Amino acid sequence: MAIATTPVTLKIQRFNPDTDKEPYWREYTIQAKPGMTVLEALFEVLNKYDGTLSFRFCCRGAICGACSMMIGGKIRLACETQVSAIKKRPLMISPMPHKKVIKDLVVDMDPFFEQMRSIKPYLVAKEPFPEKEIYQSEKDRAKLTEPIDCILCGSCSSACTVAWWDPNYIGPASLTKAYRFVVDSRDTIRDERLDMVDSEDGVWRCHTIFNCVDVCPKKINQTDAIQYLKRQLVKRKIGLL
Amino acid sequence: MKYHEVIVVGAGLAGLRAAVETATDLDTAILTQVPPVRSHSGAAQGGVNAPMGNNPAGKDDSVEKHSYDTIKGSDFLADQDSVELMIGEATPCIYEMEHWGCPFSRTPEGKIAQRPFGGAGFPRTCFASDKTGLYMLHTLWERSVALNVKTYEERFVTDIVVENGNVVGVIALNIVTGDFEPYMADTVIFGTGGPGQVYGRSTNALISTGSGAYIAYKRGVPLKDMEFIQFHPTSLFGTNILMTEGARGEGGYLINNLGERFMSKYAPKAMELGPRDIVSRSIQTEINEGRGFEGGYVHLDLRHLGREKILDRLPGIRDIAINFAGVDPIDKPIPIQPGQHYAMGGISTDKNGATNIKGFYAAGECACVSVHGANRLGGNSLLDTVVFGKLSGKHVKEFMKTKKDRRQGEGMIMKTLEEQEKNRENLLIKSGTENHAAIRDEMKQTMIEKVGIFRTGAQMKEALDKILELKKRYESIRVMYKGRKYNMDYLRAYELWGMLELAHVITLGAIKREESRGSHSRTDFPKRDDAKFLRHTMATWTPDGPKIGYSDVNVYKYPPVERKY
Ligand SMILES: Cc1cc2nc3c(=O)[nH]c(=O)nc-3n(C[C@H](O)[C@H](O)[C@H](O)COP(=O)(O)OP(=O)(O)OC[C@H]3O[C@@H](n4cnc5c(N)ncnc54)[C@H](O)[C@@H]3O)c2cc1C
Repeated sequence: MAIATTPVTLKIQRFNPDTDKEPYWREYTIQAKPGMTVLEALFEVLNKYDGTLSFRFCCRGAICGACSMMIGGKIRLACETQVSAIKKRPLMISPMPHKKVIKDLVVDMDPFFEQMRSIKPYLVAKEPFPEKEIYQSEKDRAKLTEPIDCILCGSCSSACTVAWWDPNYIGPASLTKAYRFVVDSRDTIRDERLDMVDSEDGVWRCHTIFNCVDVCPKKINQTDAIQYLKRQLVKRKIGLL
Repeated sequence: MKYHEVIVVGAGLAGLRAAVETATDLDTAILTQVPPVRSHSGAAQGGVNAPMGNNPAGKDDSVEKHSYDTIKGSDFLADQDSVELMIGEATPCIYEMEHWGCPFSRTPEGKIAQRPFGGAGFPRTCFASDKTGLYMLHTLWERSVALNVKTYEERFVTDIVVENGNVVGVIALNIVTGDFEPYMADTVIFGTGGPGQVYGRSTNALISTGSGAYIAYKRGVPLKDMEFIQFHPTSLFGTNILMTEGARGEGGYLINNLGERFMSKYAPKAMELGPRDIVSRSIQTEINEGRGFEGGYVHLDLRHLGREKILDRLPGIRDIAINFAGVDPIDKPIPIQPGQHYAMGGISTDKNGATNIKGFYAAGECACVSVHGANRLGGNSLLDTVVFGKLSGKHVKEFMKTKKDRRQGEGMIMKTLEEQEKNRENLLIKSGTENHAAIRDEMKQTMIEKVGIFRTGAQMKEALDKILELKKRYESIRVMYKGRKYNMDYLRAYELWGMLELAHVITLGAIKREESRGSHSRTDFPKRDDAKFLRHTMATWTPDGPKIGYSDVNVYKYPPVERKY
């Protein structure tokens, strides 16, 4: 039995900086199957209509963070967004905003990962390590539950208006990563971590606009994490830590 | 030309673990198709096995028991000495991951929590909620940042360069610029992952195409036991995204359209926690005999676990079920069907990860030591990646201590690079009529239908004919995009050839193995035949297709018995 399909027009922003003066839009009408995701729709375009299209993908299960893009006016993961979930037609698809476009929907993520690397994104536990695991109570483990869900997709940093005009701002994802280690009972460099975010380009840049929270596909509250770090800094200053 | 003492290809768990091992002593670089944190390992959910005995029900667990479960699970095709080696390293390797920051879930005493998994006598699967792979992957990436390991991202390795039996470098396509780049290296470790996308209905990432295994095969390394493909019992109906075995480990039921917990017929003791091959076949039998739901699925029912447990232990599963199938498992059963999940076979290596090419190693899903034999136990693959990633790194360090000739093969590397460029020209210049994406779809469909859960000689022969036809049609494909920059069209056309070659190896090996063992289940040869086939299949590349040979299995301790659960 043939599956019923509906024609859907996608309007995709295209740009190859080597050959195009500026970005332009191109429309493609595909046959959408029920339940089709935007990522599948992009593959449909690539496979059948236009092999010159470029986009990123990997797991297609919303866990690898490769396919964030602007879909129907909001930053979303293409793999977990169903075509039918976006009502407006044509269905508009463009790269994550405020990131340098490499080609079409592919953006430069290097600055994002550079920022991440700058905050020592790794646990520094007491050495020598014990023979077994470092004990951690269920309660202490629970503090990690939210921040470790970050898939480093970059949606938050793309949506953050502060990051738009201050490229040096450490950004919501990296600050959340810093928070993840600050609250980890096994970490030993809490003070150094707090120092790293205690700057003009650190936590104090956040103006609690909540754009990051709004777009996070994993529903992480980055703003809360940043506010926590601010409070710790204040407490430390007045000798409460 | 860029030079590193060690080049690791792939930044999933196996590649990262290897790199973290060598980077303390040797100049190490990683080349990877996707940034490390995007690797497919991040999709692993349920957990990683080690006989730690942290769960009260597991206090009598031991290396010996875990080894025996693994060997029995493998239907006695795993090499027993290799299994014991892996399990012996398991507990220290997991502690190490914990020390580096991996946020494992905890027991009330603050130890690493462990849950029951299929085919295991004890609850020994260490887990971090239901995103164990994600957290392990991030932890190892973080460790690689701490050690400042040089990482070249969006580099698709297309070849290794071998001179006088020694590996001397690799060629990589820079996906962004479209340039082929030469890299010189004294040792190369592949951690390139599995070939799941050769099949339709796969739980694997879209980049799991087996490109690494194909390169090794083409360069003369045998592929071992490729016909053993694991079908996971529970992939989400429609998208085939995985629903972890942990869902059954936490107590989930499998239910047919009559409302029966049908596993009682097939594995009365183990029930839903039988080994994967058996549970997948049971589900498929229910579907084939009309006790499934329309479209071909059964139910995974978690409702009786209650809201609290689902939110605490299986939050990721719940999100996936809601977002991809519109079903909240708190209120409704999840529609599931078996899906292609894992390749037991791969690049043939010894216990150190070494291959028959000097200086060339492989670890993780792309490799086959063999520790999984004919059927892998859930939770043993993540273990395989960290243990053999580490061991191959260790062996590379030893190997480099005595290696005299460094920085070899510049001429050969440049020659290979030119070949690659020429091949691309030849592919792009074609103005054939075949759509390579359509060929890919036909291959995937053929493999799942005809070389799937249940196999027969006649059907597999049809599959073989189809693969040969597709290979022929590949000669007249057309790549639409002729440019260089981020050319997905070319890359996908390119990798398709390797996939067809692997499909060929899988199918031919399966046809020649006239028995049923583990995941390889032939209705025309329903019995295991140890006299003839207690042997590893070894496929070597020839211009006329794979040559199939066999090698011995190490069975030094446990004589094969019938598997009952
Ligand atoms: C959905 C899912 C859930 C799973 N859950 C579990 C579980 O709970 N427990 C368990 O034990 N196992 C589980 N498995 C299996 C396990 O996750 C995988 O076998 C394992 O993660 C593979 O790791 P790897 O490092 O070998 O490869 P991958 O993680 O696949 O990494 C491959 C790497 O190689 C790179 N690469 C590939 N080809 C090239 C190339 N040509 N050039 C350059 N780079 C290349 C990629 O960029 C990537 O970085 C699961 C598998 C799936 C699909």
